[in-house]
Amino acid sequence: MAQEKDIILRHPKDPSALLDIIRDVQDHFGHVPEEAVARVAAHLKLSEAEVRGAVTFYHFFSLTPRGASTVYLNDSITSRMKGRTAVAKAFEEEAGCRFGEVTADGLIGLFSTSCIGMSDQEPSAIINGVVFTRLTPLKVKHLVKAIKTGKPVRDMVTAWGDGANQSDLVRSMVSNNIRKKGPVIFGPFESGSAIKNAVARKPEDIIAEVKKSKLLGRGGAGFPTGLKWEFCRKEKSDMRYVLCNADEGEPGTFKDRVILTEMPQLLFEGMAVAGYAIGAREGLLYLRSEYAYLRNHLEAVLEGMRRENLLGNNIAGSGDFSFDITIALGAGAYVCGEESALLESAEGRRGEPRNRPPFPVQTGYRNRPTTVNNVETLCTAAKIILHGAAWFQSMGTARSSGTKLFSVSGDCERPGVYELEFGLTVQELLDIVGAKDAYAVQVGGPSGTCLSRQDFRRRFAFEDLSTGGSVMIFGPWRNMFEIVANFMDFFIEESCGWCTPCRVGNTLLKGKLEKIMAGRGSAQDLRDLEAWGKNIRALSRCGLGQTSPNPILSTLQNFRELYEEAIDRHKEFVPDFDLGEASLEAARLTHRQPIMGETSHE
Amino acid sequence: MSEITIDGKVCKARAGLTIAEVAKANGIYIPTLCNYRGLKPVGSCRVCTVRVGGRYMAACTQIAVEGMVVENTAPDLEDMRRSILEMLFVEGNHMCPTCEKSGNCELQALAYRYQIMAPRFPFQFPVRQVDASAPKIVLEHNRCIQCQRCVRSIQTEDGRRIFVPQNRSRRRKIGVDPRLVSELTDEMALKAMDVCPVGSILRKEVGFAVPIGQRKFDKKPIGTEIDEEITR
Amino acid sequence: MSKPVIATASLAGCFGCHMSILDIDERILKLIELVEFNKSPIDDIKTFTKPVDLGIIEGGCCNSENVEVLRSFRKNCRILVSLGECAIMGGLPAMRNGIPVKECLEEAYLNSLSVAPEDKIIPNDEELPIVLDKVYPCHEVVKVDYFLPGCPPSADIIWEALTAIVEGRPLNLTYDMIKFD
Ligand SMILES: Cc1cc2nc3c(=O)[nH]c(=O)nc-3n(C[C@H](O)[C@H](O)[C@H](O)COP(=O)(O)O)c2cc1C
Ligand code: SF4
Ligand code: SF4
Ligand code: SF4
Repeated sequence: MAQEKDIILRHPKDPSALLDIIRDVQDHFGHVPEEAVARVAAHLKLSEAEVRGAVTFYHFFSLTPRGASTVYLNDSITSRMKGRTAVAKAFEEEAGCRFGEVTADGLIGLFSTSCIGMSDQEPSAIINGVVFTRLTPLKVKHLVKAIKTGKPVRDMVTAWGDGANQSDLVRSMVSNNIRKKGPVIFGPFESGSAIKNAVARKPEDIIAEVKKSKLLGRGGAGFPTGLKWEFCRKEKSDMRYVLCNADEGEPGTFKDRVILTEMPQLLFEGMAVAGYAIGAREGLLYLRSEYAYLRNHLEAVLEGMRRENLLGNNIAGSGDFSFDITIALGAGAYVCGEESALLESAEGRRGEPRNRPPFPVQTGYRNRPTTVNNVETLCTAAKIILHGAAWFQSMGTARSSGTKLFSVSGDCERPGVYELEFGLTVQELLDIVGAKDAYAVQVGGPSGTCLSRQDFRRRFAFEDLSTGGSVMIFGPWRNMFEIVANFMDFFIEESCGWCTPCRVGNTLLKGKLEKIMAGRGSAQDLRDLEAWGKNIRALSRCGLGQTSPNPILSTLQNFRELYEEAIDRHKEFVPDFDLGEASLEAARLTHRQPIMGETSHE
Repeated sequence: MSEITIDGKVCKARAGLTIAEVAKANGIYIPTLCNYRGLKPVGSCRVCTVRVGGRYMAACTQIAVEGMVVENTAPDLEDMRRSILEMLFVEGNHMCPTCEKSGNCELQALAYRYQIMAPRFPFQFPVRQVDASAPKIVLEHNRCIQCQRCVRSIQTEDGRRIFVPQNRSRRRKIGVDPRLVSELTDEMALKAMDVCPVGSILRKEVGFAVPIGQRKFDKKPIGTEIDEEITR
Repeated sequence: MSKPVIATASLAGCFGCHMSILDIDERILKLIELVEFNKSPIDDIKTFTKPVDLGIIEGGCCNSENVEVLRSFRKNCRILVSLGECAIMGGLPAMRNGIPVKECLEEAYLNSLSVAPEDKIIPNDEELPIVLDKVYPCHEVVKVDYFLPGCPPSADIIWEALTAIVEGRPLNLTYDMIKFD
């Protein structure tokens, strides 16, 4: 195991290196073997339980082998809508094992995973880090055959996507699907212009400009960016950090992926501008591991910027501004997008949210004041510095300046990324993307709201429909309960499990939903769903749990009639118990007739 | 010194104290479960949730801020707390009649105080193993409520953790370090058992030591020492 | 007005809760004055002969017969009470709930040391109730109106609950009455 030792020893003896080491070990062995756990623990002076605790938190790390080729098939609703079930079946048949298992010869492992940010080109999967999109059963057949012959997975991608996806450093079949370019994110941008403009001014002026622009965070919460920077700058500290949140885990969103692919320099300049404004010397891009295929590309852009003195010491002749950016990789955990969990993960631990206060601007990365911003926010800030707050405010609405990227997927003719001014109505967007007979629109992902037709007049803006940009469209032929169930499964899987309401409550909610779906619902069950959901919302510790009942609560509100139809309205109590089902197994084992056609005596 | 009110009662609050600490100092009981004196609060159980200006927060982690108007015993709030206790009961397998901790268990005691006769939620009956591999302690995962008290209180001298959360979501469980746990001293093993609010960490070869009737919560509800007046 | 009618049954329980009913000592004389017993192992009446006001259930549902009895109680009783831990949460019998039925049956009838070699057969007579996949708390099978915890519930909580329900007043349960063990 000399090799393994090298993998471990080349890392610093610093606990914050834990995830990096685990990733190297995982990549090398396909899992984290027992011996490695012990050596990693010894190297970092941690207990083995601590190492295992970190390994088992992240979806893409494993203590047991995951196969020489590991398939992670996306299980989001958009994937299901585009034929995931048949694709999954093809994988199982061709590989010869079920999902969750590894083939007997250890060649192929099949696993499900939460949304990988390809909702505009589903069904998609990641195989040994390589992204495959628009899968069909036939393509799967060829893929698995090729894997069995020992062909490297990378070589199975034969057609590249558009733009930088074709570049030597990416070589990915992912398409950008940029359908509408706007002036802010996808407008013209000259390399170095934002940084040069910024360092010619005082940091305070930068903050003032961003404040004046009324830029609100694009990651979902909508916090004023200028204010965040100001808080951070005002904290007394020897060091400050800029963190860019590129975890993009909300199902249905993929716009950050496209920015990272096509506009990485704009993003990095935005980080440098933020760094200059708050007085930071270091920036960190926390990249979800689903987007690791972009890493070399991003590193190359950073290298280029260093060459041009846009990063490094004495940037752009500023005299005293030094700033550089490193990339940290996630390992499969939606909750790591929550800013304090992101910090924990970036520091090499289980990605569990922190208790707040203190907020990251006070005590963030490595316990220093830190601004955490979304990819799109930082890009937008760079443009604001370049073109001024007035330019920015000339777009959008009174309280929501500028443009927003929308990630549009589901039942429409033109899924993809749209840069549009704030203030347009849902119906207007539906018309643009070619969704003629939309029945329901999920805004903001599972944690957002599900709108019915009567709400299509509402506007995308922080004063009305606040959103990180995920828009999933469902036609009238879709089963809404299946959609809601899929969303609940997502939260159940992605809960960090720290606090009771989220860890336990979501499973209970889902159970109730299944009861109703099985035709065993009563009026009481609807009341329970609502009451339990509100409790989970109020009692949970972080944003994940606080929004996790939304799929149920918002459909209960906007699609009430579906629930009413699904239940027995004349009964106050219907048990979930079914004698036929409960006695089936024993009847089978003893070769007796199961008890059929039973009716409740209620 | 600042002032907050809890259910209308004016409470003096020393700077930096949490709402839970301020309440206690002022003779007001806010139920807690994961909280433990001397350990950094983690806010995992959420039983201490209070309402401040319509917003919900955990009293054990929220610092009291001048002028806060805290609701503690509103009937709907108490019912929310009850629902958390019920979740903890259905999440695991709590067979109190067979449990060494019965009568001394804080989860059970809270259920008594809140008069929980049967949970509103269906029992999950999870499949969990009992881990008796360590020489001095047994881990009864069926009863663990993820309070992290053991995680926080039991460490080696050089700061390595012996009890550490493993997995995530509902699969989350407390894992022990096999080597370090075998080096536990009698003292530490006893401390681990005492710090665990439920019957999840048990010292081997002891148990059922105190006769029924004399156990911690046989006679008086949990929290009695803080608010003498139980009005239920 | 005629006396309120009570019925009781023991499903997957140990009869301990019934013992606790009898444990109300001399108050049992008063009880008999107050109420009339119908279907119950206490008086050995096997079927319901009239509408019942109060049904008391001990034990959870571990087989199809338990379910039938419980349902007939729900049908015939105005108020239904789950008495004791087994009725409320499955209790000791529910400790099998994590084990597949197949393993349970094999352990009980094939592999157990106490099974004589010639008796190694899983009973499958059509007359026998069918074992359920797990033990169910009563309120997950029918609607239950009151719960009296304890293993067994104390005579005091039983007395208080019976008299309160029969008199139609709210239960007044003191701290020492509610115990789960
Ligand atoms: C469960 C959860 C997941 C989140 N995921 C992301 C994410 O993937 N990307 C993101 O920018 N913000 C995410 N957020 C919001 C962040 O916590 C934070 O508010 C945001 O990064 C701040 O950046 P902004 O002000 O630029 O929007 C998430 C929040 C929660 C509660
Ligand atoms: S709400 Fe969910 S994700 Fe957030 S801390 Fe609690 S368990 Fe973890
Ligand atoms: S831990 Fe507490 S609640 Fe759980 S079985 Fe033991 S005594 Fe009962
Ligand atoms: S073992 Fe005990 S102390 Fe540790 S987390 Fe579980 S309940 Fe808490």
